[in-house]
Order: sequence, then C-alpha cells, then structure tokens
Amino acid sequence: MTENMLEVTGLGHVYRAKEQTHTAFGDISFAVDRGEIVCIVGPSGCGKSTLLRCLSGLLRPTSGTVSLHGTEVTEVPDELAMVFQDYSRSLFPWRTVAGNIEFPLRGRELSKAQRRERVEEALSWVGLSGAATKYPWQLSGGMQQRVAIARALAYRPMLMLMDEPFASVDAQTRAELEDLVLQVRAEHEMTVLLVTHDVDESVYLGDRVLVLSKSPASVVETLSVDLPAPRDQIGTRGAEEFVRLRTEVAQRIRNTAPTS
Amino acid sequence: MPSILRKLIGLVVFLLLWEAASRSGLVQATYVPPPSVVLVKFAGLFGNPQFLTDVVSTLLSWVIALGLATLIGVPLGLLLGGVRLLRTVSSTIVEFLRPLPSVALIPLVISVLGSGAQTKIALATFAALWPVLFNTIYALHEVDPQLVDTARSFRVSRLRRLTGVTLPSIAPFVLTGVRFSASVALIVLVSTEFLTGGTIGLGQFVYTWGSSAGRMDMVLAGTVFAGLFGYLVNIGFVAAQRRWLVWAPAGGAM
Repeated sequence: MTENMLEVTGLGHVYRAKEQTHTAFGDISFAVDRGEIVCIVGPSGCGKSTLLRCLSGLLRPTSGTVSLHGTEVTEVPDELAMVFQDYSRSLFPWRTVAGNIEFPLRGRELSKAQRRERVEEALSWVGLSGAATKYPWQLSGGMQQRVAIARALAYRPMLMLMDEPFASVDAQTRAELEDLVLQVRAEHEMTVLLVTHDVDESVYLGDRVLVLSKSPASVVETLSVDLPAPRDQIGTRGAEEFVRLRTEVAQRIRNTAPTS
Repeated sequence: MPSILRKLIGLVVFLLLWEAASRSGLVQATYVPPPSVVLVKFAGLFGNPQFLTDVVSTLLSWVIALGLATLIGVPLGLLLGGVRLLRTVSSTIVEFLRPLPSVALIPLVISVLGSGAQTKIALATFAALWPVLFNTIYALHEVDPQLVDTARSFRVSRLRRLTGVTLPSIAPFVLTGVRFSASVALIVLVSTEFLTGGTIGLGQFVYTWGSSAGRMDMVLAGTVFAGLFGYLVNIGFVAAQRRWLVWAPAGGAM
C-alpha cells in the first residue's frame, strides 16, 4: 500500500518586501507515502509554517513543485485539510461547535442530513458529542483543538496537514491529542504531515521524522522511526529505541542551529 | 444597592440642582423653567397632535436616513477597504467630503431637492454615512488572516468567504458605526428642521415654541423627548450587540 502521495521537489520560497528579501527555505525535497505520519522538526524560524502553507496551496512557492497524486498543486487541493496551531483564531467564534465543523462541508455535494451525520460522527471521534451546541470560546483550549481536528476529519481528507497543532495546550491535553492523531490514522487510513518543534513528539508520532536545517532550510536528515504500534505514552517513551531516536533528532537539530 | 438605582442617583441630583437653581431665581425661570414644570409639559406632549405629527416625521426620516447610510456605507466600505486602487483614487474626495458640516449644505440641498422631507433625509444620510463607512473599512483590515486561511484551506468559495467569514467578522465594528451614526442622524435631522422654515419635525416644533412664542417650557419638553429617544436607541444597540454578537469583544472603532 505504499504509494507516493505527496511529492515535494526543490521547493523554495523567498519573501520579497521592497528592497529586502528573505529566503524562508531554499531547496526542500521529500515524499510522503499514503498512510504515513511524517513529522517535520527544525530550529525555530526555519520556515516550517511557510513550508506548510506552500504544501497546502495557500501560498505559491517561488521555486520547485509540490504534487499530490502526481498532479501539481497550484491551488488548495480537494483532498486536503489543515489544522493550525492557534485554534482560537481558526475556529469561527460566531458559529457553534457543530456549525464550525459543518461550514466547510457546505461546499461539498452533501445533503443536510449527510452533513449532520458527519458532524455527529466527527464529534464522537474526538469525544465531544455533548458540545455540539456550545460556542468555541466556551470550551477549554484542548477541547477547541479537538473541534479543529473534528472539522478536518469531517471533511474526509486524504492528507491532513498540521501546523504545530499541540503547541498551545498543556502537557496532559497534548498527550491526549497526540494519541487522538494516532487513533485517527489507524481508523481512517489518513496520511498526516505534522510540523512540530517538539523533538519527543516528532519521534512519538512519526513513522518518519524529517529534520530541517536553520533558515534557509533544507532537509538535512530523514529518520525512520521503527517503534512498534500501538504506541503508548509511557511504554513507547521509555523504550531504548525511542530514547536513541530522540537523541539523534535533537543532535541533528543542534548541529544545524546557528553557533552562538 | 442595585446598580440601576446607583445610576439614577446622578440623574436625581442633577434634577434637584436644576429645580433649586430655577426656584431660587439663580437663573430666570422664564428662560430655564424648573424640571417639575418641564416634565409635566413633557407628559402633556403625548396628547398634542402637532407634536405627534412632528415626532412621526422626524422618527420616520431618522429610520430612513440610518437605513440608507447603512445600505450605502457597508457595501461602499467593503469596496474601498477591499480594493486598493479604489481606496487610493477615492481618498482625496473622501477626506474632502468627510469634514463638511451637513448643516452648511442646507441651502444647496434645498435648491436641488426642495424643502420637503427628502432634504433632511439626504443631509442626515450624508452625515450618518461616515461612521458606518469608516468603521467598515477599518474592520476589513482587522479580519483575522488566520480565519480567512482556514476557510481557504477548505476550499470555501470567495462568495461564501465574504458572507460566512468577512461579514460576521466585521459585524461588531459595523454595529458600533451604526450606533454612532444613529445619534449623528438625529442631530442633523433636528438641526435641519430647526433651520428650515415651514417644515414639520421635532426641530421645527422647538423652533416655533422657542423663537416665536418664547415658551421655554415647551422647548425643553421637546428637548427632553429627543434626549430620551437618543438614550433608548443607544440602549437598544448595546442590547443587540450583547444578544447577537456575544462572541465579540465590546467596542470597535470610533
């Protein structure tokens, strides 16, 4: 079932503002197989968020190509959903939880009953069935991010892009949400590309970890994570192999960071 | 003590001071009659057919002017705020028109539109347009790019991004603008009625009782009505904001 789903070739993006130019990343190439969870880590400021924006079609890269199923991405593809770090700014405060999840579905050819069914289903996947009529700002941060994940799931994407999705929640919630991603992948054959600055998280979640260099970034290392499934917050994180991998990733990041 | 009572203390103290000043002869009671007299006259106004005709004319014009200002101001604000070229091209004329006092335009508008209700409605609409327009433009720049990106990442069409993301985002600011415009429109309406002879309206009522009859008790009774109306409208807008825009932090520009 391995099949190149996403292929990134020589991707680069340069921001131009008047006389200044800033190269977010220079030359990034990698591929993601169907059903994989690939984590991208790198030093802060290496353009990870810009990279995700280019992959999602929200931003046109200045060089290189992104292809999804062999088709070049020039606008936001149909099979893709995104989860942003800042849930409070990506949920619509004037819509209820159910309304937020349903909003993207209205562009799809679904009847009202089908949309409602998907909303209910997605809420039960993330354990928020009771919160359908609440407003996002009535929920805790972790619950809000669950809503954002439910919205992405209800959309039934083949590829889910996550931009530091757990950076703004507390440690306990973070562990729960990490396991939610693993569970979702297992149950829905989803492909996930997740950007994080947390080394442990990248190893815990990833089938592969891509390490980016400092800006202008490129992929300096690809590590396969051979940890047994299902992963477990205590068992996996205590395993010798986990510790070896996290050390390796951390070392690669340190070597790439600016010497100061 | 309930807060409503505490809020009333200021009003009661003000009325008592006014009553005392008028009764003691500190101010001449002919020019500033005491509130006990004014409030009785005020109550009597509701049985005065002339007053009721005037009030209906002013309030109807107010509703029309505020409606027109909103219907013009919001779409125009979306255009000027959303299209940089339009904003640049229009900036000089907008900055020239904005500070023009509506009242100074009365002779011009009368010569074009005549002295009927259309004149005061046009002037009030003109004055009420600016707060709505500028708040809409301002609000458009405050729309969270992350919300727009979220909608785009789900391939939400341009039109549905406008109706489903932009309009709800700017609604609190627009409502604040309309609330401000509501009092501006009332001021311009009454002023225009006051300054334009032979019309009907609250301003003309005040003019007639004041200039030709010298009846300050009636003038003040009419003024109390205008003040009370403005106060209730403001309360209504604040309540609407609380009811429908709970999610938004109160306030906005202006």
